[in-house]
Amino acid sequence: MEEQKTFTVSIYTENNVGLLNRVSSIFLKRHINIEGLTTSRSEIEDVNRFIIVAKMTEVQVKKIVTQLEKQIEVIRAYYHTDDETIFQESALFKISNEHLYDEVIQRKLKFRQANIVTLTEDFFVIEASGSKEHVDKLYDRLKPYGLMQFVRSGRIAITRDKMQISELLQEL
Amino acid sequence: MKTQTATLIETVAEKTIHISGAEAVIHCLLAENVDLIYGYPGGAIMPVYDELYKYQDKLHHVLTRHEQGATHMAQGYARATGKVGVAIATSGPGATNFVTGIADAQIDSTPMVCITGQVPRHLLGSDAFQETDIVGISMPVTKWNYQITKASEIPEIFAKAFYIARSGRPGPVLIDITKNAQFETFDFEYKKCTEVRSYKPKPKVNSDQLAAAAELINAAKKPMIVFGQGIILGEAEDEFKAFIEKTGIPSAWTILGLSALPTEHPLNVGMVGMHGNYGPNRLTNECDTLIAIGMRFDDRVTGDLNTYAKQAKIIHFEIDPAEVDKNVKTDVAVLGDVKETLAEILPLVNPNSYPNWLEEFKKHATIEFDKVIKKDLYPEKDGLTMGEVLKEINNATNGDAIIVTDVGQHQMVACRYAKFNQTKSNITSGGLGTMGFALPAAIGAKMGTPQREVVAIIGDGGYQMTIQELGTILQTNAAVKIIVLNNEYLGMVRQWQQLFFDRRYASTEMVNPDFVTIAKGYHIEASRVAKREELAGAVKAMIASDKAYFLEVCVEKEDNVFPMIPSGASVSDIRLS
Repeated sequence: MEEQKTFTVSIYTENNVGLLNRVSSIFLKRHINIEGLTTSRSEIEDVNRFIIVAKMTEVQVKKIVTQLEKQIEVIRAYYHTDDETIFQESALFKISNEHLYDEVIQRKLKFRQANIVTLTEDFFVIEASGSKEHVDKLYDRLKPYGLMQFVRSGRIAITRDKMQISELLQEL
Repeated sequence: MKTQTATLIETVAEKTIHISGAEAVIHCLLAENVDLIYGYPGGAIMPVYDELYKYQDKLHHVLTRHEQGATHMAQGYARATGKVGVAIATSGPGATNFVTGIADAQIDSTPMVCITGQVPRHLLGSDAFQETDIVGISMPVTKWNYQITKASEIPEIFAKAFYIARSGRPGPVLIDITKNAQFETFDFEYKKCTEVRSYKPKPKVNSDQLAAAAELINAAKKPMIVFGQGIILGEAEDEFKAFIEKTGIPSAWTILGLSALPTEHPLNVGMVGMHGNYGPNRLTNECDTLIAIGMRFDDRVTGDLNTYAKQAKIIHFEIDPAEVDKNVKTDVAVLGDVKETLAEILPLVNPNSYPNWLEEFKKHATIEFDKVIKKDLYPEKDGLTMGEVLKEINNATNGDAIIVTDVGQHQMVACRYAKFNQTKSNITSGGLGTMGFALPAAIGAKMGTPQREVVAIIGDGGYQMTIQELGTILQTNAAVKIIVLNNEYLGMVRQWQQLFFDRRYASTEMVNPDFVTIAKGYHIEASRVAKREELAGAVKAMIASDKAYFLEVCVEKEDNVFPMIPSGASVSDIRLS
């Protein structure tokens, strides 16, 4: 059995209601768990971009991409390995004010490993962006302070190589 | 009627008219040359039905007895004519009853547009009466679907739906229309859809791929073709025939490829797959070049992939890029519409013939005849076999009929033995294996091609899944010939129980009603035959009738269909008994 790897699947689509369902069902049908999902507008006007992170074999991801491209409103789909992409995740941590001056938190802030985004009478919120590992580490360090809330985004990724999608769309 | 429709289309094209969404639906259908639709009314689709009433001289609506029947009729119509089949139903249960037919059309690439009513926009998501999320439910089984919530969306969405359903690899499209959109009025203008930016239905033919394929074909010593429904969907029968006749390559078919090449063609070597012929299955693992044309290497065709044609170079002619390398790794993929690719490769291939190789197929056919076919067609035992019924149908129809089959033993026997002279003549539920498909599909096929004889061959199990469509026959006088091969079992499941579950016949024995009386209750002429000496006469009488006719044939209860590739086994391990 071929080795499973983490792949980033980028899907350029028309902006239509329900497309998320169609896209995710392609993964579901093959029993592949989606680990991260973000949708946003893309660099091209009127074109949306899904970024899906999932573990599977390369044979599987190739088939997934052709199945994605087969969907009427999918313009193009690509897959990349971690080496081929520049990617980030971001996370928000909500922590009680009583810990604001604790050493660990102050050190994180000082070395710009995290930023304060909000400070209220009761709590503060810090934000961190970076690799999954970076966010995971920070989570482990901050957990002892009793996280009032924690949320983490899906992956956003940009390829190292040039994507041909813009030229392709101009042809269309 | 034709000229009226034509005038209407011109008017529609020429000027804008102010009409309701419901009336716009009818105008869209007429503009797409639809003359027949199948459906069942209900609350959320009533405005459209009201317009159907007004337009009944231009657009014929067939009232089915169940919405599933409407989808299968639309499928039968589409498969027999090559045109888009249309089915219409209300929201909620009406829409959910469509799902089996839609899934069937999706997996068998049948062009179909399904229209469902939906609760008014302001009630969406409120769990209103007869509200279901049919767009969500049907998403994985449609080529495309869309919910219309404003009348002004109707023309563009309908144009897109028909374009998507029929182009490229065809498939089902569902349009859900909220009731408010049916009532609203707007300025209607219809423009046919000719392209969708994110959808490329036909890959461009690539000359490098053609050259690489031609090189492999010209170098082959023992080439074999397996063709599928792509030939029929692409209307490439002539191009295909020219290709095989020039190259002399033995050609086998998948169940949905059946009838694309006449049965009697000297290069037709039979069916591949689980209950296919001995020769093409065994020789799949002996050929040096396997040329797949418009087929998708379904598991019922390939058996165990690890032992499938490993010795051969694989060439795959295919319109859908997602099918290439999906199941079987190809050496050369020729992407495109087979009507184009087969025509373009013709000058690149050398005239050839393979008499010794063809002889191998004949040798296998002789073995199969001695071990299997003789017993099926010329039985010496008392009980009737399904095979001999097919033989009599061939005799009575001369291979000119459309044969519609359901799912199970009778289907395999029919596909093995039915003779075909012309294309679009074999209509069966291949990919999904939908019991209950045949009776409504046959009604749709007959309505689409009234000049042709349409014979539905059905098992006693599947027949009872959609038996209510006898009511549609009664109401429309569709002259469908129905043969039920009654073995009082769910025969294919029973066969597996016998072979693989030590004869534990769990829930496969059927206690059946009097089918003849039921048919007569619907005022359909009906008879039953159980004796060999009466069979030929009974089949002839059925075919001779110019009305619908029901014939029950009581066949041997525990006959099995052979050859058989056991599930998951290699094509080489095909069993003759």
